Amino acid sequence: MKRVMGAALCALLAGGIAHANAETKLTIATVNNGDMIRMQKLTDDFTSKNPDISLEWVTLEENTLRQRVTTDIATKGGQYDVMTIGTYEVPIWAEKGWLAPLDQLGPDYDVDDIMPAIRSAVSKDDALYAAPFYGESSMMMYRKDLFDAAGITINGRLTWDQTLEIAKKLHKPDEGVYGICLRGKAGWGENMALITTMGNAYGARLFDENWNPTFDSAEWKAALDMYTNILGNYGPPGATSNGFNENLSLFNSGKCGMWIDATVAASFVTNPKESKVADKVGFTEAPCAATCTGANWLWAWNLGIPMGSQKVEAAQKFIAWATSKNYLELVASKEGWANVPPGTRMSLYQNPKYLEAAPFADETLLAIDSADPINSTMKPKPYVGVQFAAIPEFQGIGTTVGQQFSAALAGQMTVEQALAAAQSGTDRTMRKAGYY
Amino acid sequence: MSTRASTLTGRIMSAPSIIVLFLWMAVPLGMTIYFSFLRYNLLSPGMEEWIGTLNYEFFLTDPAFFASLANTLLLVGSVLVITVVGGILLGLMLDQPIFGRGILRLLVIAPFFIMPTVNALVWKNLLMDPVSGMFAWIASLLGLPAIDWFTNAPLTSIIIMVSWQWLPFAVLILLTALQSLDRDQKEAAQMDGAGPVAIFFYITLPHLSRAITVVILIETIFLLTVFAEIFVTTGGGPGLATTNIAFLVYTQALLQFDVGGASAGGIVAVILANIVAIFLIRLIGKNLDK
Amino acid sequence: MEHKQSPLGYISFSVFAWIVGLLIFFPIFWMVLTSFKSELEAVSIPPSFISFDWTLENYAEVQERSNYFKFALNSIILSVGSTLVGLVFAVTCAWAMAFNPTKRTKDALLWMLSTKMMPPVGVLVPIYLVFRDWGLLDTRFGLIMVLFLINLPIMVWMLYTYFKEIPTDILEAARMDGATLPKEIIFVLLPMAVPGIASTMLLNIILAWNEAFWTLNLTTSDAAPLTAFIASYSSPEGLFWAKLSAASTLAVAPILVIGWFSQKQLVRGLTFGAVK
Repeated sequence: MKRVMGAALCALLAGGIAHANAETKLTIATVNNGDMIRMQKLTDDFTSKNPDISLEWVTLEENTLRQRVTTDIATKGGQYDVMTIGTYEVPIWAEKGWLAPLDQLGPDYDVDDIMPAIRSAVSKDDALYAAPFYGESSMMMYRKDLFDAAGITINGRLTWDQTLEIAKKLHKPDEGVYGICLRGKAGWGENMALITTMGNAYGARLFDENWNPTFDSAEWKAALDMYTNILGNYGPPGATSNGFNENLSLFNSGKCGMWIDATVAASFVTNPKESKVADKVGFTEAPCAATCTGANWLWAWNLGIPMGSQKVEAAQKFIAWATSKNYLELVASKEGWANVPPGTRMSLYQNPKYLEAAPFADETLLAIDSADPINSTMKPKPYVGVQFAAIPEFQGIGTTVGQQFSAALAGQMTVEQALAAAQSGTDRTMRKAGYY
Repeated sequence: MSTRASTLTGRIMSAPSIIVLFLWMAVPLGMTIYFSFLRYNLLSPGMEEWIGTLNYEFFLTDPAFFASLANTLLLVGSVLVITVVGGILLGLMLDQPIFGRGILRLLVIAPFFIMPTVNALVWKNLLMDPVSGMFAWIASLLGLPAIDWFTNAPLTSIIIMVSWQWLPFAVLILLTALQSLDRDQKEAAQMDGAGPVAIFFYITLPHLSRAITVVILIETIFLLTVFAEIFVTTGGGPGLATTNIAFLVYTQALLQFDVGGASAGGIVAVILANIVAIFLIRLIGKNLDK
Repeated sequence: MEHKQSPLGYISFSVFAWIVGLLIFFPIFWMVLTSFKSELEAVSIPPSFISFDWTLENYAEVQERSNYFKFALNSIILSVGSTLVGLVFAVTCAWAMAFNPTKRTKDALLWMLSTKMMPPVGVLVPIYLVFRDWGLLDTRFGLIMVLFLINLPIMVWMLYTYFKEIPTDILEAARMDGATLPKEIIFVLLPMAVPGIASTMLLNIILAWNEAFWTLNLTTSDAAPLTAFIASYSSPEGLFWAKLSAASTLAVAPILVIGWFSQKQLVRGLTFGAVK
C-alpha cells in the first residue's frame, strides 16, 4: 500500500515538474495606467495563441515601479522578464548594455510604421531596444463653450502671453471655474515636464554645451515668472499638489477653462462616462513664446527586456504581440477605437475608424510629430530629451528643482530665490557626479 | 540569582538574538560604510572610485540637510505632544462610564491597524483634497474658502495624518495604566477636599509617568523614520517643507540612485538616531528603573 | 472626577464621547463608503452619504485585476511566520536578560532598539545585493527573515519588561525541584507569561502586516503581500478613488478584524512594564 502511495506521489511530483517545464513564465512589470490594465485584461488572447507561455503581471504605481525596475536591472537582480520603461530610461540603459536588442519581433511587425520621433527615442544605432506601447506629447485642451461665451477665438498657435490673457478672462472662481489648470506637484515627471517645455519655448535649456546648469539665465526667469503668474493667479486652489490626475479630475468636473497636459488625456476628457464636459472640449497645440521648438514634450511607455534574461525569445513574442497593429485591432474590437493605445503607429492615424472615434487624433499626431528629443532648444545642448535630460543624475535634479519651483508657486520663495537654489543645487550634483 | 553559572546560561541564551541582530546590522552597515566612501551611482556600475569623505561633505553641506533635520525634530516632537496629550484626554474619557463603551473603544483604536500607505492615500484624496475632498466641502458649508492643505500647511498635514495613526497606540497604553490606578487613593484625596484638577496633577499624572515614557520611547523609534506618508502626499515639498531625514536619504538612494551619497546619509542618520537613543536612555533609565 | 453621575450627565457625556469616537473613526468609515460608489460619485461635491447607487463593481474590478487572495495569503504567511520565528529568539533572549542580567544587558537592549531608528532606504542596495546573491529575492523565506529581524528588538523589549514582573522565587522553586532549563522555561515561565506573549505576537503581526518598505522592494510576485497590492491602485491616470478605496478596504479589513477581536489580549500585555 505504502509503495503504491509512494509511486503515486512520485508520478504527481514528476507530472508537476514536467508541466512546469513545458511552460515559460514571463514576469511583466508595468504601470497601473488604463492602457496597461487593458493589456492585462487581454492576456487570454496572447496565451491562447502561445500556450507554452504564461504571464505573471506586476502592476505598480509609476514611482514605485520605476524604483523597483531600476534597482533590479542595475543590480542584475533578474526579477523581471519584461519591463515597462519610459523614454528617459531607454537611451541610458541601452547605452549601458542593459537592454536586449529587439531583433525577433517577426515579419509582420512593420517597424517602419512606428512614428519616427518615438522610434528614434527608443533606438540606438538603428536597433530597437524597447518597443513603444503608447506615446504622448503635450497639447492644450480647452472648453469650447467657455471660449465661445467669452468671445475668444484661436487663430494659429497661441503664445504664453495670449494664454495669460485668456486665462484672465475665463477665471471665475466664484462660479467654480479656474482660468487654467497646470501641473504644480513637484517631480521630474510632474511639474518639471511642463516647466521645461515652457523654458524651451522661452529659449532656455537645462544645461549648456559644457553641462553647466543655466537656471540663472534671463530665459528661465521669464519662463518661471509666467508659470507662477498664470497658475498662481488664474489657477485652481491647491495647484502645488496637482499632477496629471488631479488636473484630470478638475477638468472632467468642469472646473478648468484650459489645461495643458499629455495628449493621452484627450481620450479621458472626451469619455462621457468619466467627464461632465465630454462634448465641449477643443484641442490645440501647446503655447509658444520666443520659439515653438521644444514647446511640447515627447514621452512614451515602452516594453523592454533586460540583458541576460533567459527568456528573451518568449519575451519578444509577448512584446511583438502587445505593440503590434493586431493588438490595436484587438482592443478596438473589445473596447472601441477611442480606447486603443495612441501615439505609436502612423497607420493608426490613417485609419478612418480611429479618426472618427477620436476627435483629438489630428492634434495628437501634430504634437508628437513636432517634438524632437535631439533638437528641442533654441541654443545648442549636450543632452537628449525634450522635457528631461537623459543622464542618470536627472531624476534627482529634476525632483529637487521641481520642489524649488513648487515652493515658488506656493509663494514660499520668490522666483529669483527658487532659480538661485535650483542653480546651486544642480551645480552641486553635477560637480559631485564628476561632469566638471 | 546571578551566580556565575546562571550568568553563563544567560549569555548563551541571549546570544542567538544578539548574534543574528548583530549580523543583520553589521553586514549591511559594513557595506554601507564602505559604499559611503565611494563615488557609486547605481546607474553607472563599474565606475566606482574611492573619493574619501566627499559624500559626507556633500550631504552635510546640503542646504536640505539642516532643513530636514529641523523637520524631523518638529515632526517627531509635535506628534509626541499631540498623541500624549490626546491619549491622556481620550484615556480619561474612556475610563468613565459611557453607553456602549466597548464598541466606542474599538472605533478609537481602529486607526492603529491601518497601513501607513492607506492612511496617507485616504487623507490626501478623500479628506484633504482642496476641491473634491471632505474638508473642502465642510469649509464651503461654513462659507469659508477651502484650505489648501498640502500647499499652505504641508508639515501640519503630515503631522495630522501621523498623529491620527499613533493616537490609538497612546490611548491603549495610557488607558491600561489609568485602569490600574488605585481608587482608594483617589477617594482619600477627595475626602481631603481635593478637586478634580488637583487629583489629576497630583495623583493621576504621576501614576501615568512610566506609561508616558513608554509611549514616547516606542513612538520615537517609529516616528524618526516616517516615510510612507510623505512619499504618498507631498513628495517632500513644496520646497523642502516636508523633507525629513528619511525622505532625504530616499531622494539620494532611489531618485538619484547615488548609492554613495545615500550610504553617507544613512550613516549620518544612524549617528543621529544613536544620539536620540542616548538621550532617551537617560530619560527611560530614570523612569523605568524604579 | 468620580462624582456620582446624574442620568443627564451620563447621557450628555456619552453623546460627547461618541461624537469624539466617530470623528476619529470617520476616515475609515468614509473609505469603506467610497468603495461602494462609482468613480464619478466618489469625486462629486457635495459628497453623498447614503443616497447613491450602491455598487460592488469596484470590488469586482479589483478582484479581476489582481488575485486578492494570493496577496492576502502572503500577508498572513509573512506576518505570522516572522512572528513565530521572532518569538523563539525573543523568548530566550528576554528570559536571559530578565533573569540573568549582566552589566551589559541594558546596553544590549537599548542598542537593539536603536537599530530600528535607521532609515531602511539607506541600506536598501546592500541588502538587495545580498538577497540577489543568496537567491532570496521574491521568496517568502527571505521576507520572513527581514520582517523577523526588524521587529525583533521590539519583541525582545516587550517580553523583557513582561518577564521582569514575574517573581523570580517561582522559577527558583522549580529549579530546586530539579527542573531543567528548557522545562523551566516551557512549563513554568511561559504559562505565567501568556498574556505578555499573546500581546507581543499580536503587536508584531500588526507591524509586519503594515510594513511597506521591505515588502515592496524585495518582492516581485510570488511573495508579494497586500502592500504591493495597494501599490497597483494608487494614483494611476484617470479617476481612481473608488477602486483605491475598495482595494484599501480589502487590504486593511483582515488586520482590523483580528485587531478588534483580540484587543483585550493586546491591551493586557501591551504595557511595556508601564503598569505595576
